[in-house]
Amino acid sequence: MKTKKLINSGADAVDEMLQGILAAHPRHLYAVEDMPRAIIARNGPRKGKVGLVIGGGSGHEPTFLGFVGKGLADAAAIGNVFASPPPDPIIACAKAVDGGAGVLFMYGNYAGDVMNFDMAAEMLALDEIEVRTVLTTDDVASVPADQRDRRRGVAGNVFIFKAAGAACDLLYSFDDVERAARHANARTYTMGVALSPCSLPQTLRPNFLIGEDEMEIGMGIHGEPGMAREPLRSADAVTDELMDSMLREMKAAPGDRVAVLVNSLGSTPLMELYIMMRRVKSRLDDAGLVIHTSLVGNYCTSLEMAGASITVMHLDDELQRLIDHPCDCAMFAR
Amino acid sequence: MTITTKDLQQLFAGIAEDIAAERDHLCELDGAIGDGDHGLAMDGGCQAAAKAVGELDMETPPTLLFNVAAKAFLNAVGASSGPLYATAFMRAAAAAKDRQTLTDDDFVRVFAAMATGIQERGKAEAGEKTMVDAWKPAADAALDAWGTGKPLPECLDMAVHAARVGCDATKDMTAAKGRASRLGDRAIGHIDPGAASAVIIIAAMAKFARRHDG
Repeated sequence: MKTKKLINSGADAVDEMLQGILAAHPRHLYAVEDMPRAIIARNGPRKGKVGLVIGGGSGHEPTFLGFVGKGLADAAAIGNVFASPPPDPIIACAKAVDGGAGVLFMYGNYAGDVMNFDMAAEMLALDEIEVRTVLTTDDVASVPADQRDRRRGVAGNVFIFKAAGAACDLLYSFDDVERAARHANARTYTMGVALSPCSLPQTLRPNFLIGEDEMEIGMGIHGEPGMAREPLRSADAVTDELMDSMLREMKAAPGDRVAVLVNSLGSTPLMELYIMMRRVKSRLDDAGLVIHTSLVGNYCTSLEMAGASITVMHLDDELQRLIDHPCDCAMFAR
Repeated sequence: MTITTKDLQQLFAGIAEDIAAERDHLCELDGAIGDGDHGLAMDGGCQAAAKAVGELDMETPPTLLFNVAAKAFLNAVGASSGPLYATAFMRAAAAAKDRQTLTDDDFVRVFAAMATGIQERGKAEAGEKTMVDAWKPAADAALDAWGTGKPLPECLDMAVHAARVGCDATKDMTAAKGRASRLGDRAIGHIDPGAASAVIIIAAMAKFARRHDG
């Protein structure tokens, strides 16, 4: 059976979405001329500031381009659905945001993204634009903790990009921006659960099969298989399983502060997210941890996949300051 | 035999046609261990390369043609197949440098250069459950056969055979690269979609060599 979607054609879906986003947010965003998949913040880039370029495949909205704006990312390079952008739009983004203080690339750790962003960085080096890269690796479920740098980047991107963008906006040096970005990534943990699949606009067919009474713990945001296929359980039981894994790794002390994100993978409604948030709060209370800030909603989606992820960022004074720093993006403001 | 720019345009058209026919099957293979879009990426890339190459005039030297294919494939796709095949075509371009047409010997070297490019860009070795498991044995088989004096179509037939064996072997491997690398033993039992699409491309190149020779 084909999945029903409100699209005109699968092949045009990404570009037509971008046209709609520019129509909705002209005050925040514009596209580089003749490069419609290089989306730039109107008020972000400026001389002397490290430029922050994020990017990745489409289908995760509001990730990535919803977080482009003053105080957060300066640009996003947009790929096909679930596919890294090629080097050209990445290069266009870097050139548009280069303020002479260096350009930082940040994106989730996926082989395709790494190859395309690295090719872009090699070509930018020829134009004497200095590029550094910080990969996000917050997905606890993807690889054991002793190989943290092989993990995927998922919804924790929101907090990690937020911290790095604030560091750029506060005119940190290139070295300090990079350090803060790595620090933010190292203290961010995400784990998700998928209940039903999504369909790519070009195929209109579910990208994985799952039984009606099953869930997949740790599934990736592109439908990559996770840690285990299990019988569906209650919101509290699932939340406990996710929180247990993350708290075990986080090693926080009572009194420590955290930022929390309960994120929908696409079609799971706010009702269910808030039911999970209720349990997250009680688990954090039990551990003596203080929620400094929380986000609940669609922040890093996987088209219409059903399921949710929980992200916990273990704050310290610096990260708290960076998370609290104001930002004004098309789909996110503080 | 002499391989002209027009012949190479037909080669790219043939590759695009054969990949398009297997698009959904490649997506299904990818759905089992990855994100289910490999067929779309390969189809988009091969169509874009065939179209860009098809628009070149007949005087275009092969080296430029391969570079045009590389750029078109890369910019249509991104993903991981984009850089991998773009690098393959750029290496093909380097192997065809300063030629107006290609000899059989040139074509074997172009073929081997594609495999080397993919391996270097992906930093993968054979046995890691990637397209290298098809490309590397295929290039080795073609070079071996060519070295012992076999005609080009036979060399590429042996490459196809080696690629198929290599692709089938990915079924029993765990993955060391790409999205499937986080699956551990759960990747066992599934063919690598990148190796499967490599077999289709290598087979299309062999078909081209046979048809061209006959």
